[in-house]
Amino acid sequence: MKKLLTICLLATTILVQMSCSKNVPNTTDDAPMLAPTKTDIDAGIWKPILLTGPTEFPVAAPAAVSSVGYIAELNEVKGYQRDLTAEQEAAIKYWGAGGVLRWNELMRELVAKYNLPPYQNPDGTYPFPSANNPFAYPLFPFANPPYAARAYAYISAAQYDALVAAWHYKKLYNRPAPYKTDANIKPRLPQSDLPSYPSEDAVLAGVTAEMMKLFFPGEIAFIQKKAEEQMMSKLMAGTATRSDIEAGEALGRLVAQKFITRGRADRAGAAAGNATDWALLETQTIARGEIPWISKETPKRPPMLPLFGRVRPFLFDETVTPTLRPAAPPSTSSEQMKKETAEIYDLVNNTNAERIRITHLWADGIATATPPGHWGAIADADFINQKFSEVRWARNMALLNMSMMDAAIVCWDTKFFYFNPRPSQLNPAIKTITGLPNFPSYISGHSTFSAAAATILSHIVPSRAQAYDAMAREASISRMYGGIHYRSDCEKGLETGNKVGAYAVTRAKTDGAD
Amino acid sequence: MMQKIKTKLCQMAGLFMIIVLAHSPSKAQTEIDGIMMAKNNYCSGIMYNYSSWDQYWEGTLKRNNLNLGTVSTSMLAYMGNYGVSDKLNVLFGLPYIKTKATAGTLSGMSGLQDLSLWVKWMPYEKEFGKSTLSFYTIGGVSLPVSDYTPDFLPMSIGLRSKTISLRGMVDYQYGSWFTTASATYVIRDKVTLDRESYYTTQLHNTNEVAMPDASSINVRAGYRTGRMIAEAVWNKWTTLGGFDITRNNMPFVSNRMNASMLGINLKYNLKGVDGLSLIANGNITLSGRNMGQASTIGGGAFYIIDFSPKKKKEKTSTTDKK
Repeated sequence: MKKLLTICLLATTILVQMSCSKNVPNTTDDAPMLAPTKTDIDAGIWKPILLTGPTEFPVAAPAAVSSVGYIAELNEVKGYQRDLTAEQEAAIKYWGAGGVLRWNELMRELVAKYNLPPYQNPDGTYPFPSANNPFAYPLFPFANPPYAARAYAYISAAQYDALVAAWHYKKLYNRPAPYKTDANIKPRLPQSDLPSYPSEDAVLAGVTAEMMKLFFPGEIAFIQKKAEEQMMSKLMAGTATRSDIEAGEALGRLVAQKFITRGRADRAGAAAGNATDWALLETQTIARGEIPWISKETPKRPPMLPLFGRVRPFLFDETVTPTLRPAAPPSTSSEQMKKETAEIYDLVNNTNAERIRITHLWADGIATATPPGHWGAIADADFINQKFSEVRWARNMALLNMSMMDAAIVCWDTKFFYFNPRPSQLNPAIKTITGLPNFPSYISGHSTFSAAAATILSHIVPSRAQAYDAMAREASISRMYGGIHYRSDCEKGLETGNKVGAYAVTRAKTDGAD
Repeated sequence: MMQKIKTKLCQMAGLFMIIVLAHSPSKAQTEIDGIMMAKNNYCSGIMYNYSSWDQYWEGTLKRNNLNLGTVSTSMLAYMGNYGVSDKLNVLFGLPYIKTKATAGTLSGMSGLQDLSLWVKWMPYEKEFGKSTLSFYTIGGVSLPVSDYTPDFLPMSIGLRSKTISLRGMVDYQYGSWFTTASATYVIRDKVTLDRESYYTTQLHNTNEVAMPDASSINVRAGYRTGRMIAEAVWNKWTTLGGFDITRNNMPFVSNRMNASMLGINLKYNLKGVDGLSLIANGNITLSGRNMGQASTIGGGAFYIIDFSPKKKKEKTSTTDKK
């Protein structure tokens, strides 16, 4: 009986401990409120990506802070501040950690949600999502790695351009934050000398909500709700008034239009190709005397976005893309290829817990934010500590995400130029420890993305350069551990990614922000 | 008299069936019958199960998957049951599991899964003429014993969640016929993944997954003597929360996994070797959600060792108060 009591007591202790386990917070739930070390007040002269200059879209001068209209706006702020609900306080805290940070997280959420390959038709073909009917199955988009890389790049680049324009007008009009004009308004967020017109948060809300029309048309309503929450939270926090917000949102939406126009014409829409394109890839490879890539899925799925290599890059001209393509992989009939295939067979058959851990840490497969999203999360975690201003955060994220989109372009160009089979195709005894991607092997996408990311991030946060390099190498080798890439795919992928990242570094050195 | 019958029949019901069924709710079921080991008796043995499915429920949609083919799970488990007293038993089970898919490229996984421990207490037992009524409570814990990954379903060998379970059970025997009913609540601890974010119905920026708790109902009936048991078993496993697999997605550790199963168990106590029994079982899945529609067959052998300092007859006479 005594034993039983002891056991009961023990069980109760463990029970109490485990009852806490239903609450699993996100790592950034308690991110510090953004208090930038520099306001970057001169960011209006930084080089934009697409805008001809910061004044391409005019922003009208705001009413004077002494005007009747502005005093009414201050009263609106005070009205909200009188009784904030817990939900409103939570929104202030959530968005207070940084608008660029939160939008990055939301974009990763949408990518993960939409990163699911469509189920086959009854006749063994596969349906393609339609942008005009995003709610019908298969949902639009299939946010696979190239799609995601491009979406992240456009959204970050548009945010950056919109903020450069906003910073120009902030300095020009120099309207102080509401709490500086009226002592009765208590800022609920760290104070700043940054002028508040137009509101940087509203710029971000406007530009991002508008970009959804291109990238996630099924989520316009969801994102609009988030955009409104962000804008209202700044009003309630006492850091912006109605006119700061309205001017910012309008500017953001105008800048987004410029990016949407580019996006509709960058050839990504035609990247899926058609049956003729797919057959041609195969016959051309056979004509070169090589074994062509074949889908290992049943029924055979068309390769993922075979014409993505023709998409217009951000960091260099499209004519540069083929010049970055590495030399051919070892011939499929060569001794070297036999050796490399045998290496993967051995790695998979002698796997261990540590290799499985590394494989799954970097897998970033279906229903995830993809490798570019993973690197975005790595960057955000470091940027939190750097206390960047919103415009600098957006600039750095744009450099990172443009690198990864351009890495996707060069990588996909290479994959479909050589159309090289996966290890499991050359040796069907090779079973994989993660999902086998449905596109050619050479070069490794993870390696290309990761090296490009590590190169530009090392320029942005030099103290972390060694860590970024180690992570890129681990991400790269994880694909060999997983049984889905040869060593030459990974090595050439890293080399190629570094080259793409170097373009971003060159831009970073000359855009006026360094 | 009843005690003696129970001692002879090493009743490791051996229904690790839920484990084998899509490796999800990994709850061994040995503790789940209306039989106690007598004091100082230790029954242990080896159990083998083979389970497979080629249809599964993606949420509530039943489908096959040409890139998995038939997914099978083989399980070899060592199990034991020690009689601390006639009314208090301690049980454990430790399975080694191996998975395999016949189609597609995904690699099977293998390894030791979770160690389960139970304390089984019979606070009440009463005979009414030819019938006997008894009540039980069973408390259990399970802990992963190797660093297998739960993030590679359906190939993962388990869910890697620490659990605590509490079961209430009633058993009624009339002559050689019996019926047993029980219900369990399982508290499941969070699971740690190797990756730093995952999507359920929203993105989680953490490597930890909150696991919904689960419940199980078990009803069994059949024929039971000192020599043999033949019973039919119905079991229903319900996950209290969790989310459905989205269209053409992979399963995830915190899915809402439900299943109801129907099976039979046979046990036979060999005449030639005192204390040695053989068991066989089989079951099918009647309905489910986010799980494979598994069929399972298995068998095992168990042996009783009596650690009593005195002769069994003396012991029985002192403990039998009926």
